[in-house]
Amino acid sequence: MFDFISFIPRAVVQGIPLLLGSTGETLTEKSGNLNLGIPGIMYVGGICGVIGSFYYEAGKTAADMNPALTILIPLCCCLLGSFLMGLLYCFLTVTLRANQNVTGLAITTFGVGFGNFFGGSLIKLSGSSLPSIIMTNTSNVFRRTLPFAGSAGAFGKLFLNYGFLAYAAVVIALAASYVLNRTRTGLHLRAVGESPTTADAAGINVTRYKYVSTCVGAMIAGLGGLYYVMDYACGVWTNDAFGDRGWLAIALVIFTIWRPNVGVLASFLFGGLYILHMYIPSGMNLAVKELYKMAPYVVTIVVLVISSMRNKRENQPPASLGLPYFREER
Amino acid sequence: MNKKTKTPLFHVAKRAALPWYRAWAIRGAALLLALVLCGVITSLVTGEDPFAVYGAIWKGSFGTTRKFWVLLQNIAMLLCVSLAVTPAFRMRCWNLGAEGQALIGGLACAACMITLADKLPNWAVILCMVVSSVLAGALWAGIPAFFKAKYNTNETLFTLMMNYVATQLVAFFCVVWESPKGSGTIGIINPKTNIGWLPQFAVQKYLLNVLIVAVVCVLVYIYLNYSKHGYEIAVVGESERTARYVGIKVEKVILRTMLLSGAICGLAGLLLVGSTNHTLTTTIVDGRGFTAVMVSWLAKFNPIGMIFTSFLLVFLGRGAGEVATKFGLNRSFGDILTGIILFCIIGSEFFINYEIKLTRGAGKEG
Amino acid sequence: MDNKIAAVTMRNITKRFGPTLANDRVWLNIYRGEILALLGENGSGKTTLMNMLSGIYFPDEGEIAIDGRPVVIRSPKDAFDLGIGMIHQHFKLVDVLSAAENIVLGLPGKLDLKAAAKKIREICAAYGFEVDPDQKIYDMSVSQKQTVEIVKVLYRGADILILDEPTAVLTPQETDKLFAVLRNMRDDGKAIVIITHKMHEVEALSDRVAVLRQGQFIGDMPTGTTNAQEMTNMMVGHPVTLNIERPEPVNPKPRIEVKGLTVRDVEGTLKLDDVSFTANSGEILGIAGISGSGQKELLEAIAGLQPVEKGSIEYIADNGQREQLLGKDPLAIAEMGVALSFVPEDRLGMGLVGNMDLGNNMMLRSYRKGRGIFTNRKAPYKLAHQMVDFLEISTPSVETPVRRLSGGNVQKVLVGREIANAPSVLLTAYAVRGLDINSSYLIYDTINSQKMRGVAVLYVGEDLDVLLELCDRILVLCGGRVSGIVPGRGAKKRDVGMMMTKLGGNSHE
Repeated sequence: MFDFISFIPRAVVQGIPLLLGSTGETLTEKSGNLNLGIPGIMYVGGICGVIGSFYYEAGKTAADMNPALTILIPLCCCLLGSFLMGLLYCFLTVTLRANQNVTGLAITTFGVGFGNFFGGSLIKLSGSSLPSIIMTNTSNVFRRTLPFAGSAGAFGKLFLNYGFLAYAAVVIALAASYVLNRTRTGLHLRAVGESPTTADAAGINVTRYKYVSTCVGAMIAGLGGLYYVMDYACGVWTNDAFGDRGWLAIALVIFTIWRPNVGVLASFLFGGLYILHMYIPSGMNLAVKELYKMAPYVVTIVVLVISSMRNKRENQPPASLGLPYFREER
Repeated sequence: MNKKTKTPLFHVAKRAALPWYRAWAIRGAALLLALVLCGVITSLVTGEDPFAVYGAIWKGSFGTTRKFWVLLQNIAMLLCVSLAVTPAFRMRCWNLGAEGQALIGGLACAACMITLADKLPNWAVILCMVVSSVLAGALWAGIPAFFKAKYNTNETLFTLMMNYVATQLVAFFCVVWESPKGSGTIGIINPKTNIGWLPQFAVQKYLLNVLIVAVVCVLVYIYLNYSKHGYEIAVVGESERTARYVGIKVEKVILRTMLLSGAICGLAGLLLVGSTNHTLTTTIVDGRGFTAVMVSWLAKFNPIGMIFTSFLLVFLGRGAGEVATKFGLNRSFGDILTGIILFCIIGSEFFINYEIKLTRGAGKEG
Repeated sequence: MDNKIAAVTMRNITKRFGPTLANDRVWLNIYRGEILALLGENGSGKTTLMNMLSGIYFPDEGEIAIDGRPVVIRSPKDAFDLGIGMIHQHFKLVDVLSAAENIVLGLPGKLDLKAAAKKIREICAAYGFEVDPDQKIYDMSVSQKQTVEIVKVLYRGADILILDEPTAVLTPQETDKLFAVLRNMRDDGKAIVIITHKMHEVEALSDRVAVLRQGQFIGDMPTGTTNAQEMTNMMVGHPVTLNIERPEPVNPKPRIEVKGLTVRDVEGTLKLDDVSFTANSGEILGIAGISGSGQKELLEAIAGLQPVEKGSIEYIADNGQREQLLGKDPLAIAEMGVALSFVPEDRLGMGLVGNMDLGNNMMLRSYRKGRGIFTNRKAPYKLAHQMVDFLEISTPSVETPVRRLSGGNVQKVLVGREIANAPSVLLTAYAVRGLDINSSYLIYDTINSQKMRGVAVLYVGEDLDVLLELCDRILVLCGGRVSGIVPGRGAKKRDVGMMMTKLGGNSHE
């Protein structure tokens, strides 16, 4: 029998980094910026959090650590790091009007390198014999679950058994969805992504919207990296462990057709697909498990193809996605 | 409604055209700035004399004969993948799937080496490898191209996703063909018989790759600039409506160009598996599919210019690797330096295409 | 009105785009309670000037004052805050948003679409518009979109309204309705500017008229004190004697026979409805009609670019052999040996590649020539050189991207290429739009020389005077149907005008 009670929570914790990444990327793409730097930015977010907590935790015992600071220091470091990456992307693509694909890929190269370099350096500093850094104390604070998680049976396991960032991710996604669809800011943002000329003529500051949404998007995505290290990986940073989750987050954006609220469930689905191979009784056949890992990408492609075949206007990528805007273009 | 009446200090206008030497001067200045930045950052991190850093970068590529050949080999492979994506880019079709296309090419190559080794003579195995790699690469690019041509499916996102499908497919076969059992990797294929190993010229293992890619480079250059197909690609890239107006079948051109793009990627996979590594792993393409995007774009999609840009990126990458080793840093330091250099060059394009005009009489009004 | 403070004063406005001088030291006053017609040929800088008022462009030199107070308009938002609203020729609407969402776009405050819808309905009721606030823009017709644009500006409480060629896309009834609304607004005390090059609109609507020519301000005067002839002279710069040559048709024989042609666009709207006519060799067949009456679809159907629902288009060769053109693409038509040339309306978006140089643009038609996989690059550059000399194209070199040339020179390149391969059928759409008088005459002469060669010419035009002077016969389209075919010689402008707005003119409904 398939063990849903243990499967679902694991799918959820797999899904949370993807959810944060895709919410961030959706906000970014809604402004017409295709930020392929998200995988790199998630690395930067993760490592910045690690650096912050590494220095705070150094030489302290769990009892010495102030829980608020334990959370705030990595959180702020993470947000600052990913914000700066978003800012760099914006400066290059919006102000200097560089090609978005090229800039995004460069950011990813840089970001992954940044993460692994500082990860590697910290590992050396800590003098650890293992190729990883462990911040158990910080992680324990991040992983603190809701009360009754242990005692409320299946309900507790399914709904209460997560760290605060997981709940934050869901709240952020729903809030992003609300902002996009129900507020004036969201309306303006959608207009910028669809037709910057129109938005500009309507008196919307296109540059500011692009900057703000991309930087906020980068910060949200950066949180995904932080969640991964501090919660999912129990405070253990290993180089390259984050893997290709950043690209999966971009896939999720397409899969949800640019809707963060759909992203909440879809990310759990992706998380589930990502670990499905561990739950499929494939016997000793390890090879088939690799094929199962293909599932998230394949379903994304299917969604992409179907939405382009149906050609429904609401389900298309933002019309100006990937294009720079220059008002005096003639 | 008492608004500030401040005249903006400057505004940005598109340049008419810049003479080529000034454009290159700007790019050169950006590169110089990037190198200075890299030197300063490395010095800050290591506390070393910046000139020692530059020396290490130089040594990374030219330190020994072996390093020099590794440099050439890496340039050749990066250039090969860059050449592959360029026809598509000239058509404004963003093929970000070169990574997967090359990987699939490598997979097809490895499949032939493994399954046909004891059934066919060596030359026949090699022939099968060549044909199947090229076809596999073309197929992998052809799938998104078909949907792009027929339903205008976004090719950037589609090809991106295809990369990971390819990775998992390779991961699957790595387990299926694992050797020794339980290792989860393929290991060197046919280590004793060397069946399916592409021939080595003289003593140099990498010479064949370099020569093949050089030929491909010239062919792609001629194809894009002098052939009828190349002209059609340029017209479709500039304006699909104009292309239709003169009777070019846009769908056909998209499909044909992407197939070509994938086929060259497949060739890169063949060289990586059949000539360089004689094995297959999921990371054998080593991110070149993405670096190629930058190589191609930096060279303005000109195959000859791409020789220099791929040299630049490989040279700096290997140099940064050397810096990392010499000063006891992590290898990923190279990625950081590469990123910085890319940011500088990407940013410099702005100053080639636009100019900043100071507004006359700025600040006169209060 | 002289003692009144102008709502808008523009002083000494200059704007350059690269080497082109779009506005050259322009002075202009706009008053409240008045409709000002800004008149000028295409490319005279009318739209550029107004774009600087609405914050799309920023002037290189000059000053703007609102109610006598100097202001700086850096962005459309600044313009809104000053009460300036512009309705652009190309609508600035976001397709995937609803009417209400588009209307409130860019406004501050909390988003309340219900309240917005209520206010929109009020505005609609006050002026007699019909807008469904929840309808998506991509579901709307052109005139509905324009209505949304106007409501958008009113919603913001603009009291200085600028309309850029608002009637180009409207039916006569819709135009009348629009004019009535504009008069209402004027009586409300709003300042209204309408950009146009149509004389009868100036006369019917405006209180005052200002004329621009080649980026310069020529003069302004109350509409009542002037007449069409004087305004035309000011617009064009010298007394215009529209005197286009019209040689007798040369040995006319049927060349293209169109029967029952019916075309629908992607949305399923009927664009051409049962169109039948014959175009003869050695003759210019003019095609008249309000913009959007099916001219584009007709030419593109003949050129093999437009899917057709039903009907037939036959090409009749000199030896009387008939070839069906329907269902063939341009390549197939060319391969049949039919030398068909087409000068489309959208020169840089369809006829030419803006970023390619003259030689490469010549190659568009010739690159397939010759065996082998390589293109012949010498011949097209030679052709480009010949053309530069022959048509007096002013360009730095044949290696210059055509995007950098002026409108007239771009058109010369296009027309030159299209007649270079000795066509037997020549289709032209708005061949002189935006061209100065000299270039226009050069184009007329070129077209006439093609006619003398025995080419069947289809000339789609918007200027009735030119059509009447140039064409041997004129086919009038109205809403996708043939309203009638009249001989060019002796036809009355008034009659043709009537046929454009009503099927068959006065004779029947």
